[in-house]
Amino acid sequence: MTAAIEVRAVEKRFGNVSIIRDLNLSVSQGERHAVIGPNGAGKSTTFNLISGHLRPTSGEIRLNGDVISGMRPFEINRRGLSRSFQVTNVFARMTVWENVRCAVLWATGHRYAFWKNVDSLPEVRERTAQILNDIHLTHRRDVPAGLLTYAEQRELEIGITIASGATVIMLDEPTAGMSRAETERAMSLIRRLTEGRTLVIVEHDMNVVFGLADRISVLVYGHIIASGTPEEIRRDPKVKEAYLGEEAH
Amino acid sequence: MTTAASSTSSAGGTPATENLRFYGVWLIATIALIVLPMVFSSGSSLTSFSLIGIAIVFALSYNILLGQTGLLSFGHAVHYGLGGFAACHMMNAVVSHGWPIPLPFIPLFGGLGGLAFAMVIGWVITKRAGTVFAMISLGIGELVASSSLILRSVFGGEAGITTDRTALPHMFGWTFGPQLQVYYLIAFWLVLAAIAMYALTRTPLGRICNAVRDNPERVQFIGYDPHVVRYIAYCLAGFFAGIAGGLAAINFEIANSAYLGAIQSGLVLFATFIGGTAYFFGPILGAILVTYLQLGLTNLTSVWQLYFGIIFIGIVMFSPGGIAGLLMMHRPLVRAGTLSTVIPSYLVAIVPTAALACGVILVIETIARYSGGDGNPINLFGIAFNPVSPVTWVVAAVLVVVGFFVARLTWRRIAEAWDRAATVARDRGYLA
Repeated sequence: MTAAIEVRAVEKRFGNVSIIRDLNLSVSQGERHAVIGPNGAGKSTTFNLISGHLRPTSGEIRLNGDVISGMRPFEINRRGLSRSFQVTNVFARMTVWENVRCAVLWATGHRYAFWKNVDSLPEVRERTAQILNDIHLTHRRDVPAGLLTYAEQRELEIGITIASGATVIMLDEPTAGMSRAETERAMSLIRRLTEGRTLVIVEHDMNVVFGLADRISVLVYGHIIASGTPEEIRRDPKVKEAYLGEEAH
Repeated sequence: MTTAASSTSSAGGTPATENLRFYGVWLIATIALIVLPMVFSSGSSLTSFSLIGIAIVFALSYNILLGQTGLLSFGHAVHYGLGGFAACHMMNAVVSHGWPIPLPFIPLFGGLGGLAFAMVIGWVITKRAGTVFAMISLGIGELVASSSLILRSVFGGEAGITTDRTALPHMFGWTFGPQLQVYYLIAFWLVLAAIAMYALTRTPLGRICNAVRDNPERVQFIGYDPHVVRYIAYCLAGFFAGIAGGLAAINFEIANSAYLGAIQSGLVLFATFIGGTAYFFGPILGAILVTYLQLGLTNLTSVWQLYFGIIFIGIVMFSPGGIAGLLMMHRPLVRAGTLSTVIPSYLVAIVPTAALACGVILVIETIARYSGGDGNPINLFGIAFNPVSPVTWVVAAVLVVVGFFVARLTWRRIAEAWDRAATVARDRGYLA
């Protein structure tokens, strides 16, 4: 079976500085894959490269077997890859309902239509209502997204990301800045909503990572030093030295 | 009074009553447009209404860019003007070829003129939003305005292109000679264009325009190319601006370079912003106010543009949401029933604020006439003031200084009353 995401020998330079060096990553279909690593290791850059936000300087990225490196973000998104952002990135002046609905429109085939009434598209309405229900924001549907609490905005961020029905979901630190209780709530939400889909997640909380992921990749200085099951990663001496070791002290 | 629980569910009751209210508003507006010339039948009011109708279509088209898509254009009059020229050429062609196209269809050709140019330049201009878009729109505006004086065969040079609207095939026995008939033609297109532009905001594209306005980066990650969204919005805005230009060409029976210049572009920006960009009806209010001010103030004072500037700065600084934003601020208070606690503070504030405004007007007029060597008395609300008399200066100074300090106290009272009312409204579950 072709891998959902296949990153081969990708390099990203900004001027003379190499942020990502010889990056190789493979995520199978339906796998929950966590990317961990110290601050500044290049985790968000990796996300930006895969989702088309940045273009790799060299190397190749494939989504379900098709080359996507060099494509624009919306082209990649239309092929079934959807991502969230580490810093909340919603449509602040639009209501919660409208935020999610906008994310549903392309996938339901309405594209740039300016001859259809958006309020009378049953499948759009049903899907939007379903997503709002899934992320527990139905009671806040008419509130402008900018007025939500931080935790609610993070949930909306996840809602927008999954709304298109993408088969590959990438979440960039979805629980950043959340309390313990909020984190647990968000993680059970993520686990439920990404059921049957491929998930790539960047996460700092090690309890969360080892509880959720099928496989883990450890990124240090723009290079993946280890990739494997949580058990293999826990035992890997390189990882202990570079990353987990620091935390043990 | 509704309870807090039901108020949070939706904006206004069941879909059925909402639909009824929606169609009711359009129906009332249409009836008002039909009845208006029967109530105010003088020639000058008919002229004013016609100009206002054109200005509303133009301002609404501008808000497709500014309010809906977040694009600040300094050259929107290009499409208005080209629409006007297209309409004039079409009218002349209809007459000379004897085509069976009656006058009421002409604005459509104005719209197509505006659309055609938008389709040509739009792709380049909408590549980027923000400052880049604003600068390019300014450049295109200047480019077209100066070309209009060079390309004489198309634009008729300084004189422009003239036409005769009565020479076209008549419709329902209407010659469109009398201003009343022209007014009804404009009113018809106003309703048509306004409904179309409102409907546009309720389409998938209209919603994505808002998303592009709020966060163009994120839009790319839900499958949309913000460039394409901006381009379509730009084309549609150009189309409706062209309709407004076509109506203007019919109304004045001329199109000239003034139609597509920077002043015209500035006026539509003024009207839209003063009215308020966040609500669909904002530009309508702005177009009415600005057209009235333009017609009224030019008769009253030679420095009318100065007042425009002051009003504009005042709105930008104190009410960035425009008039519509100010009005809609009160909606939660009305719903929560706390508006009555704010009204008294408004009434108290009126007197000193009006005194301050009179003082400012007196100062401006005194300086304008003094420095202009114009000794004519200033006529303010029926009282004559001599601009070279020290009495006038003292009165002006007292009004400004005392008015300002007293007014400031009353403004504080408004703020306090407002805070209390808004807190109550919020406690009752209404967003404020």
